[in-house]
Amino acid sequence: MACRFLFAQSFFQFVKTLDILLQQIINGLVQGSVYSMVALGYTMVYGILGLINFAHGEIVMIGAMVALSVIQLLTGSGLPIFFILLISLMISMLVCMTLGYSMERIAYRPLRNAPRLAPLITAIGLSIVLQTLAMMFWGREYHSFPLLFTNSSVHIAGAVITEVQIIIIVVAMAMMGGLLMLVHHTRLGRAMRAVAESPSAAALMGVNSNNVISTTFMLGAGLAAVAGIMISANYGIAHYLMGSLLGLKAFTAAVLGGIGNLRGAMLGGLLLGLIESLGAGYIGDLSGGFLGSHYQDVFAFFVLIAVLIFRPSGLLGERVAERA
Amino acid sequence: MTHQPNALLKISGIEKHFGGLAALSDVSLHIQAGEIYGLIGPNGAGKTTLFNILTGLYQADGGKFLFGDIEYDGRSKPHLLARAGIARTFQNIRLFANMSILENVMVGCHVHTHTGIWGALTRHKNARAEEQQIAHRAAKLLDYVGITRAPHMLAKNLSYGEQRRLEIARALATNPKLLALDEPAAGMNATETDSLKTLLQTIRSNGVTVLLIEHDVKLVMGLCDRIAVLDYGKKIAEGMPQEVRNNPAVIAAYLGGDSRVE
Amino acid sequence: MRNALNIIKHHAPNEKRMAWLAFAALTLILLALPFAVDDLFGRGWVRVLDFALLYIMLALGLNIVVGYAGLLDLGYVAFFAVGAYCYALLGSPQFGIHLPFWIVLPLGALLACIFGVLLGAPTLRLRGDYLAIVTLGFGEIIRIFLNNLNAPINITNGPQGISMIDAIHVGGFSLGRTQEIFGITFPSVHLHYYLFLIFTLLVIFVSIRLQDSRIGRAWAAIREDEVAASAMGINTRNIKLLAFAMGATFGGLAGGLFAGFQGFVSPESFGLTESIMILCMVVLGGMGNIGGVVLGGILLVVIPELTRHLAGTAQQALLGKTVIDPESLRMLMFGLALILIMLWRPAGLWPSSQRRRELTSSASSPNA
Repeated sequence: MACRFLFAQSFFQFVKTLDILLQQIINGLVQGSVYSMVALGYTMVYGILGLINFAHGEIVMIGAMVALSVIQLLTGSGLPIFFILLISLMISMLVCMTLGYSMERIAYRPLRNAPRLAPLITAIGLSIVLQTLAMMFWGREYHSFPLLFTNSSVHIAGAVITEVQIIIIVVAMAMMGGLLMLVHHTRLGRAMRAVAESPSAAALMGVNSNNVISTTFMLGAGLAAVAGIMISANYGIAHYLMGSLLGLKAFTAAVLGGIGNLRGAMLGGLLLGLIESLGAGYIGDLSGGFLGSHYQDVFAFFVLIAVLIFRPSGLLGERVAERA
Repeated sequence: MTHQPNALLKISGIEKHFGGLAALSDVSLHIQAGEIYGLIGPNGAGKTTLFNILTGLYQADGGKFLFGDIEYDGRSKPHLLARAGIARTFQNIRLFANMSILENVMVGCHVHTHTGIWGALTRHKNARAEEQQIAHRAAKLLDYVGITRAPHMLAKNLSYGEQRRLEIARALATNPKLLALDEPAAGMNATETDSLKTLLQTIRSNGVTVLLIEHDVKLVMGLCDRIAVLDYGKKIAEGMPQEVRNNPAVIAAYLGGDSRVE
Repeated sequence: MRNALNIIKHHAPNEKRMAWLAFAALTLILLALPFAVDDLFGRGWVRVLDFALLYIMLALGLNIVVGYAGLLDLGYVAFFAVGAYCYALLGSPQFGIHLPFWIVLPLGALLACIFGVLLGAPTLRLRGDYLAIVTLGFGEIIRIFLNNLNAPINITNGPQGISMIDAIHVGGFSLGRTQEIFGITFPSVHLHYYLFLIFTLLVIFVSIRLQDSRIGRAWAAIREDEVAASAMGINTRNIKLLAFAMGATFGGLAGGLFAGFQGFVSPESFGLTESIMILCMVVLGGMGNIGGVVLGGILLVVIPELTRHLAGTAQQALLGKTVIDPESLRMLMFGLALILIMLWRPAGLWPSSQRRRELTSSASSPNA
């Protein structure tokens, strides 16, 4: 009885506060686009090598940190803000792509025929090294990420969306659209899909699979750099540990959508963002106040587990029938 | 057909679809205890699919089969069918590559042994006896299929022909009533094929019924008591080797189907 | 045929005597170790030894899941947490319950085992890397619950954790304080060392016995080829669950010992980093090989300690000043060590006997 009453009450609140719902959806979409961009990096590498690139989250962090330093360096130089942003974005992407390339060369390529878990350990090692280096460079403190735009915002039906958030969503959608075009409509994309399907067959057809793999790592790293800048700009904070949890969530998103599948990673990222945001907003109401918003992360994992139990290869993943 | 008291396996009306594609439609076969039964047909005819249903790796969309006295709906778990007495080998060899050849065969003994955690920890008398017994049995089976390598050698280091034989030894270790072999002669040279033929005859004479998918027509014709031909998921012929060899539908299926064009 | 039966026979008597000698020497070394370490390096290092033993137990437990059965579990620390919190809740002022050690420890192991089965049952259909992420999710869920179950009802005391946990004691004999036995003074850390040593040896014994048994072969078969294993009559679901349950039991056991040793538990000790650290021990040492896993456990506990001590002093000696702060240098060296060891020996420092066998047999086989 009491339970039903509580539920009715919370449902009432739910309807009453549509503007809060809208706000949660907007926040979820922003966070989700960042997850999607990072998830693409995981899914591309997995699709081609069958490998979880555990250090990918650290690239996101390095991307944010490098951009931060460049912006700090150029602020006061009199350059227009748009120009500063563009330069920092380019430098950050360049650094991250170099990093992605070297990572693959140093830690993964020598282990391509090694036991399955060996590259996982080198990835963890890389992750620790990158984190420590970042800590030595940028210190342990939280850096406030400079406000790049005016603090102006748009009001929609009681919900607020800032300019930064609009830019994040637009840029993310544009970059992801670009990636899809690249993979499905260019020579390089065809080579990538061929290597993912069968490296040996692709090699017979004259595709240089090493180059394709390097390019994949660089593409993923470039997206990660942009994602790092986005998330720092959105929250106004950058920190040397920001990459690990973000990476974990993004990987979760990639699995949710069906790892190895580009559209799956995008969908998974957006969904995860929405689930987290809505879950955090309403978990208290739904559980009658028993569970608070700090259960946000649990929510994401519960959804993941539920999805995988009913659809073991993710939302858009192919059902891989065991070949006998 | 008339009543057959000795039928070991009666397959009736098995159906399997992959999406819109009918991989098997209304396939029925009777296999007698003690015979060597060949299953042939062009690539993609559904032979391996039928194997996978019989051994529980695929679930049938319809039909049933009677093995011994028990009826199965084609949706049972693989380990139950193995326990019931159907053992198989795989077209693309699936050995436990990083285990020794002796251990590979010992895994086959799993079904008929019982040592659990407690036995493993205490190694009590029964557990030790069981372990020793299956090691002996495995060694004998290696001998039986003609593998003369050191028993601790890893399975993946065997030659191709030996790997195929090891798969047979492993399957025999489950003590099957029906041994289902998926292209056992694939990739073998003439000498190896000959000794395989002898091995299969020995296996049959020891009381194990053999169901064989094979592309080597000479081997099939010389070895099998009866043959069924599948084409596009349907049984198009069944009978003694000579009957099948002269069946126009079979010839058409193998030569490219001019009779069907008419 | 004769060859095949040879391996069942016993070793030559000479070998047997050597084995006994080695065994006796090892026993002496293990017994004397805490005193030697105490004298040479100081008491802090005996504590490091105790932790090394705990982590060896954990690594061996995970080895059953990952090394034997080939199931990648990234949330293994959850079982460690279950054991530790079980001990902490039933033997501390938190609820005023003070059950004896010999009840709480098995209870924690049992509870962890049940958790292993509960978490395993719905997930074992998943393929390799999907299983990894789901176990990771479960690990995080347990940690987050531990962190937040202090309101509205205070069960776990949240991020502050539970302190003043009862020391491990049997009757009136407590491991929490210095004891004198036969005129020899045993400080608390030494006493824990011996207790942990006994449990570690027990875990090693169980691991060895399981590996070389019908169950162990079934695990290996599933790891090598699940489809073929099921076609050979192995009930893959049950056998995988058994691996999960055994691994979890060891985790719960180590957790209970940890809680009693530390006297304090908090969610911080049970994060993803710990799961990954334990996985590193297993893979780095040599997956599936007990010696390798033990080695991995020792290295990954001792190396960071060693670098922590050396990083500062070595810089002082070489450069006369501290250029990089020792903590950073330590993490840097640790990360680099993981990468270099894996590049140098992809199968781990001490790979399983299977791989060694592979080397010897390919050397003797003509077509290799």
